[in-house]
Amino acid sequence: MMDARVEVRTYGEIFPTRAEILRYAGLGRGKEADAQTQALLDKALSLSRGALCGRVCFSYLPLSRKEGGLDLGFALTDSTDLARALDGCDRILLLAATVGVELDRLILRESRKSMAMGLLLGAIGTAAVEDVCDRFCQETGEALALTGLCLSPRFSPGYGDLPLALQREIFAYLDCPRRIGLTLGESLLMTPAKSVTAIAGIRATN
Amino acid sequence: MHLLHYLKDHLLLLDGGLGTLLQERGLLPGELPEEWNLSHPECIREIHTAYFDAGSNVVNLNTFGANRLKYTPEQLDAVIGAAVRIGREAIAASRGEQPKWLALDIGPTGRMLKPFGDLDFEDAVSIFAETVRIGVRHGVDLILIETMNDSYETKAALLAAKENSDLPVFVSNAYGEDGKLMTGATPAAMVALLEGMGADAIGVNCSQGPAALAGVVEEYLRLSSLPVLFKPNAGLPRTVDGKTVFDVSPEDFSGEVTRLIERGVRIAGGCCGTTPTYLSALSKRASARSPLPVTEKHRTAVSSYARAVTFGDTPILIGERINPTGKKRFQEALRRADMDYILREGLSQEEKGVHVLDVNVGLPDIAEKEMLCRAVTELQAVTSLPLQIDTADPEAMEAALRLYNGKAMINSVNGKRESMEAVFPLAKKYGGVVVALTLDENGIPARAEERLSIARRILACAEEYGLSKEDLLFDPLALTVSTDPTAARETLRAVELIRLELGCHTSLGVSNVSFGLPARDLINGTFFAMALERGLSAAILNPYSEEMQKTYAAFCALSGLDANCASYIAFASSRQASTAVAPARAPAAGPDLAEEGESSLRRAIRKGLREQAAGLTAELLQSVPPLAVIEQEIIPALDAVGVGFEQKTVYLPQLLMSAEAAKGAFEAVKAAMPDVGGATRAPIVLATVKGDIHDIGKNIVKLLLENYGFAVTDLGRDVPPERILEETLRQNAPIVGLSALMTTTVPAMEETVKLLHEKAPHCRVMVGGAVLNPDYAKAIGADRYAKDAMEAVRCAEELERVCHTTSCATENS
Repeated sequence: MMDARVEVRTYGEIFPTRAEILRYAGLGRGKEADAQTQALLDKALSLSRGALCGRVCFSYLPLSRKEGGLDLGFALTDSTDLARALDGCDRILLLAATVGVELDRLILRESRKSMAMGLLLGAIGTAAVEDVCDRFCQETGEALALTGLCLSPRFSPGYGDLPLALQREIFAYLDCPRRIGLTLGESLLMTPAKSVTAIAGIRATN
Repeated sequence: MHLLHYLKDHLLLLDGGLGTLLQERGLLPGELPEEWNLSHPECIREIHTAYFDAGSNVVNLNTFGANRLKYTPEQLDAVIGAAVRIGREAIAASRGEQPKWLALDIGPTGRMLKPFGDLDFEDAVSIFAETVRIGVRHGVDLILIETMNDSYETKAALLAAKENSDLPVFVSNAYGEDGKLMTGATPAAMVALLEGMGADAIGVNCSQGPAALAGVVEEYLRLSSLPVLFKPNAGLPRTVDGKTVFDVSPEDFSGEVTRLIERGVRIAGGCCGTTPTYLSALSKRASARSPLPVTEKHRTAVSSYARAVTFGDTPILIGERINPTGKKRFQEALRRADMDYILREGLSQEEKGVHVLDVNVGLPDIAEKEMLCRAVTELQAVTSLPLQIDTADPEAMEAALRLYNGKAMINSVNGKRESMEAVFPLAKKYGGVVVALTLDENGIPARAEERLSIARRILACAEEYGLSKEDLLFDPLALTVSTDPTAARETLRAVELIRLELGCHTSLGVSNVSFGLPARDLINGTFFAMALERGLSAAILNPYSEEMQKTYAAFCALSGLDANCASYIAFASSRQASTAVAPARAPAAGPDLAEEGESSLRRAIRKGLREQAAGLTAELLQSVPPLAVIEQEIIPALDAVGVGFEQKTVYLPQLLMSAEAAKGAFEAVKAAMPDVGGATRAPIVLATVKGDIHDIGKNIVKLLLENYGFAVTDLGRDVPPERILEETLRQNAPIVGLSALMTTTVPAMEETVKLLHEKAPHCRVMVGGAVLNPDYAKAIGADRYAKDAMEAVRCAEELERVCHTTSCATENS
């Protein structure tokens, strides 16, 4: 029951930068990690290599403004922060991205042996899913630029006044479990843990 | 005609896509398709009829997502009832003359099962069971479980179908481009699991076009003794001029599916993007082919969430170390329910190259069923090795087999009636390869021929229960050669007799043979080699035994089981490397020199060098009393790092590495003086609250609290308030630590705090987690807020002091 209005893209190779990973692991911005941390990071990167598989499912939807809020094409919202982020846009890109459940398993497994390793693997996952989103949005932005359009920055449920509960509608619309193996729990937690849902606006350049 | 009779000598044609056709007719994304059974029955009927007209034998009713997560019980009954009614009308309306059946279609719940998601396995079973019961009541002819992309959820659905109906059950999985399910299972793993549980047909659907899935289907045909089902998409969807098109034409689709029918596929249809036109093309092409017979593959296999292990080619090693017998530290760990200990034992055996892990957690004074279930649940989350459920308690065995994510080994049955009556029904229901000991009411016979005749009786009884010889692994029992010089010889003869006379696989617990002799490893290794040469299929052994490892590596190389001797060469060079490496405790000459006045041990802790810290501690204990090592070395080093963290000169990864190095040092103290170094401070109960399943933060807090000597009980994640209260009262714990990551789970935290304050007023609650801040913590009634792990330690120390001065500590109980 796949809907062609939703498409899927996969990213076999994901390359988050060391600096990003260390920042997510709690190293202060601009600080140097010591040799032990760097060595542990090398090990974490090699462990994570086979466990990361980036998948994105996405759809383009019309955007309209109604009294008291936005019609996103799949849901209504009265979020003023999102309205501001989508200023000047008449379409949106709705996306969900994940790096897969194998990383969750690896984190669970390695944390049993070393919490420091668990922490670094978690940071790799966070950096990796951001990297997947960045690459996907860059590719999409480049394609849109050919037709004189551009993509606004991503905005996710839970940011500002956009309620987390919007996740339910996003999951129903994109059918994330079947398309990319991404599921939503009762408390709106996503599994696999290293996953992102987001909305980006599309508008004419300038 | 009965469906399964028809299937014996006919190709069974399923239908094609439904969702894509409904979207063309106006179904909106996000809308529940099953509601159309009530709102647009004519649409559904028209599509079903078109498929029957195209030649389909089976139509999948519009019930893919009909479950209680999406519908109330009344709605569920209404949509499934309507689906069956519409199906009957379509049969009546169709001009097709082929036999026709209606399948209750069951798709995934869309939720992930625990421990990665929040859906409990038994809840999943009961969700599917409800749908199955309603479908059966309305008169469906078969159950088709399809598009499942997780082995555990597939098992839950199949179990529900088998427990709530006698109908034929077909099971179909959705494989990704990598040829695996989304959660990692290979075709071999799924074939083992589904055949073991008694599916009537198994196969592959959705996700890709027929050519892309051909490899997976061929793997099914090679491995499975069941009819294989194939229901691919019409390729991949694209949007052209605002319309959906799929990139495989009806011609190419039917050509490729027919090619696989010629290879042995017995049940065929289409999934997303296929229409009656595709099915009509397939029906025309395929009806001219007479189907290939389904053949027995005679495979003995077990599986995990990810992979299968097959007996027969390379001998299989079963790690025996998860077993408390004769192991004091393991017994202590079990009594403390220290799962980390058990998991580490599993993971380090995995590193030693075993293929299966035996799991035995039986002790007279613990509740074995609960402990076995917990051990299996935790192990199967982190290891891809299949498990061997090892217990003498049939109730514990059933509970563990039920929740096992795969097809397990079962240890064990023997020739006693009572044992067979208890174990065989479980193996039949849940699947499993049963280790069968050749002993009976009269004990273990001395002669090999007598053991063979017990094996014969066991096999005959297994067959009465519907099992076959592929489901058994005979263990003819290694006895002690020091008390009976013929013991080893008879066991070896029995291995050979069972293999030759019964055609069955064998297994041995090798190490018994050397009991009472010096240099046991030498005898064990040689006996192992002799048994392997007689055709032994598996051995349960201690993988840390160098002699066993050597024998195994050499045997495989000498028997042509090791291409280019690659494994042997790797094994040999790893041995050379490990003897060349200096002992771990030798201080490494790192670029960072010790700070002034800093001892080597304190430096090792500061730098986060775990093995070095442990080695240096052991060395220091030769001359310094244990308490002094703790108080003058480990604690000051840890404190310095903690202060550094608070002053932002040390960062979280370094803090954790130091904490682990300190833990290594503590363990070394403990190993040297078992009575010292244990927790002496207040007990603390830690948990991630109900609904929350992410626990890295809580685990970091736990590590640091333990370092500082607190007796931490970690209840894990997604813990209900009542469970936290129960444990707090049981331990009379003065401090409870709660973690929550999401705004949506803070209410559960608030509820827990309230319950604790009401029912355990002596205890103080500290909270932390990504969404909290001091104000928020105060608002939900928490006594303390800790912004990070170091602050949690400070909070705990402070709460402990408060408790002492107000004498609310444990002595009060």
